[in-house]
Amino acid sequence: MSFVLRGVSVRHASAERGDSCHALNDVGLAVEQGEQIALIGPSGAGKTTLLHTLACAHPQAFGEFSVFGVSPWKLSHAERHALRARLFLAPQTPPLPPRQRVVTAVLAGCLPQWSLWQAIASLIRPGNPDAAYDALARFDLQDKLYARVDCLSGGERQRCGMARLLVSKADAFLVDEPLSALDPTLARQTLITLQQEATSRNATLICSLHQVELALSHFPRIVGLRDGRIVFDVPRAKVTEAMIEELYRNAKHGEQIDPVVPPARSCIGASC
Amino acid sequence: MSMFDNAAAAHHPDPAWRGRITATLVALILLWPMLVASEFKPWILMDEQSLGATGDFLSGFLPPAHSREFLLLLLDAAWQTIAIATAGLTLALLAAIPLTLLATESLSVSRLESGRMRLVSAVVRQSARWLLVLLRSVPELVWALLLVRIVGLGPTAGVLAIALTYSGMLGKVYAEILESSEAHATQSLLKNGCGRLAALFYGTLPAAASELVSYTTFRWECAIRGSVVMGFVGAGGIGQRMDESMKMLAGDEVSTMLIVFVLLVACADRVSTFLRKRLG
Amino acid sequence: MTQRRIPPPPIIEPATVALLAGLLVLVGASFYSLQMKWDELFSADALRSSLEFLSGFAPPELAGPFLRRIAEGMLETLSMSAVGTGIAFALGIALALPASGRFGATARSVIRLALNILRSIPELVWAVVLLIAAGLGPFAGTLALAVHTTGVLGRLFADALENLPTAPEDTLRINGAKPMAAFCYAALPQISPQLMSYTLYRWENNIRAAAILGVVGAGGLGQMLKYHLSLFQMQQAASVIIAMLAMIAMVDGISFRLRRRLVGN
Repeated sequence: MSFVLRGVSVRHASAERGDSCHALNDVGLAVEQGEQIALIGPSGAGKTTLLHTLACAHPQAFGEFSVFGVSPWKLSHAERHALRARLFLAPQTPPLPPRQRVVTAVLAGCLPQWSLWQAIASLIRPGNPDAAYDALARFDLQDKLYARVDCLSGGERQRCGMARLLVSKADAFLVDEPLSALDPTLARQTLITLQQEATSRNATLICSLHQVELALSHFPRIVGLRDGRIVFDVPRAKVTEAMIEELYRNAKHGEQIDPVVPPARSCIGASC
Repeated sequence: MSMFDNAAAAHHPDPAWRGRITATLVALILLWPMLVASEFKPWILMDEQSLGATGDFLSGFLPPAHSREFLLLLLDAAWQTIAIATAGLTLALLAAIPLTLLATESLSVSRLESGRMRLVSAVVRQSARWLLVLLRSVPELVWALLLVRIVGLGPTAGVLAIALTYSGMLGKVYAEILESSEAHATQSLLKNGCGRLAALFYGTLPAAASELVSYTTFRWECAIRGSVVMGFVGAGGIGQRMDESMKMLAGDEVSTMLIVFVLLVACADRVSTFLRKRLG
Repeated sequence: MTQRRIPPPPIIEPATVALLAGLLVLVGASFYSLQMKWDELFSADALRSSLEFLSGFAPPELAGPFLRRIAEGMLETLSMSAVGTGIAFALGIALALPASGRFGATARSVIRLALNILRSIPELVWAVVLLIAAGLGPFAGTLALAVHTTGVLGRLFADALENLPTAPEDTLRINGAKPMAAFCYAALPQISPQLMSYTLYRWENNIRAAAILGVVGAGGLGQMLKYHLSLFQMQQAASVIIAMLAMIAMVDGISFRLRRRLVGN
């Protein structure tokens, strides 16, 4: 089993003690190794928090949580850190320092396996540029190998973050909205590459997406989140339009309905 | 496997590598003669004689000298330091203001008219600028050394040294502040026939005042540190006392003076922040 | 007929008045207590002797062997400033890590206090104290510059680190990278132009400091100046001062150009 969550509640990052409003409420999830899951839900539903919890970024307030069969927060600090090397979290905003070169930014995915000396040596002279090259080539970015990150467009930076994932040696990929800056063709290609990598390594892939139709067409299992709770957790065949509508209905004041929701809901051609 | 890696790596050589190697070599080539020229021998610190001398000196630090007369003497010296800094800065202000007015382009009437300044005004302005550069380029300690020979030991040399150096610094920064502030108000006044000084007071100063005050108080703080430094060449204040105590290797006196000095600087920092908030 | 009443003028806060009055009192008290002898300063006698003194400076000494000594002095001064600033750069980064709170709040307060003390004490005072350990000569000057500048740069670097967005570094740590590796790959690249810029700016200050540290015996042009002035060899002293100005201008120019390249890049 990759991940098991039972009755997990997680506070907001900025919450104070005794704050009863949780980012995740009583969440239960069981994920086998090698599964591929899409997380969907409106903004603020807790998808990012769930992914961060799965990545052992911060402990849950209540409930049980185990990764690869162990409870990470019962381990020692060093053991937990070693566990983190097997998990790869790709945040929504690509975490790339602007003035760094793409090759170094991508090779940072190897850091958990490198000793400190190797890491510093690679800063001065990239230790494995061809691995970075191959990873970038799978996203059609190989020409940018030695370019600076701040010379890339938003979409290119996102794919660069994905290239880092390819270079890492993780057994579970936790990916937060990797396609938000990509056009539909690129988005599809990127998703396929991600899934190919996950399959070839038998790695678990949990991907949060706003593009519901991409989620439905590519992932065998769909988990819907809303207001910190899991609304449904079903194989793709069992997802109906009514369920999607219910999930995204009554978005709170000020939040926009996503324009990439399936055609039955959106007004094509209307300017949002 | 590693050969294969190397062959593959050869297809994507790091374009920055050569530059980095060259830069490192250049740095090393420059570093060695500099280490030699500055007699950089850190092992000296560890040899017996040095350790012995340091140990003796440091052991005198505790307890710091705290006899009544000594503390009163220090208080007097601290006040003298503050006085030197304040007086020097005031004189610097008095000198800087006319120089600034001369050096600022935005108060040039002739430039308004034709877009270019008259030759005479341009010459005057350039000379004012060069004078400011000269005044602030010479380190204040050098001024102090010279002045001590002219006016003798004592605080006068310190005051004049600060006045000379800081008039250059104040003048330059004032001119920059005035020139970078919104010129529209001043120019309108000048176009309507206003005199230059009046244009300054009504046009530029209101906007620039807080920056000017801020920089001046910052410089006052620097002047306090500077006047301590100048004491070491005989210009009075805590610096001169510290010099005397060091010559006698009186560790306890030096430690008290260091403490007083750090406190003095911290107080000056607080006062200056306070002034900046209030007057800014 | 209703009377038009001019609104009352705004009250000047008594606190501000008191503050300004206090400043005037400070200035007055300073001048009074120093008892500067104005009449003596600006008397005809004094002016004449000053002019005589100043005229002794021209023409500056330009003999061959003396110029060589000046060149050596310039090299010594330049080396002192460069080596001292370089050491401070390395120590500054090392101390900026605890001073930015990465090792806890106590470490932060303690290191920041230490850095404040280091930078409060001027370079010259450090030089005087370090002469005891390092002996006469430029080594004491280099150490004094290194110690003082570490305080300045450490504080500036720590503030820069604290103002960094933490996302890149946090992400690397979440993904299992060791904290030091994450720092080198995420935080350092972001602030390195700022670090270099601050360091170059301090080098401009340090060349001036290095030039005068010799006055207390720490080598370089300062020591030559003190020597010649004490022997009333004014022309040699003038050459030394000109050499100092040239050095300062050169370093200012190099630093300005390098900083412009850093920002433009």
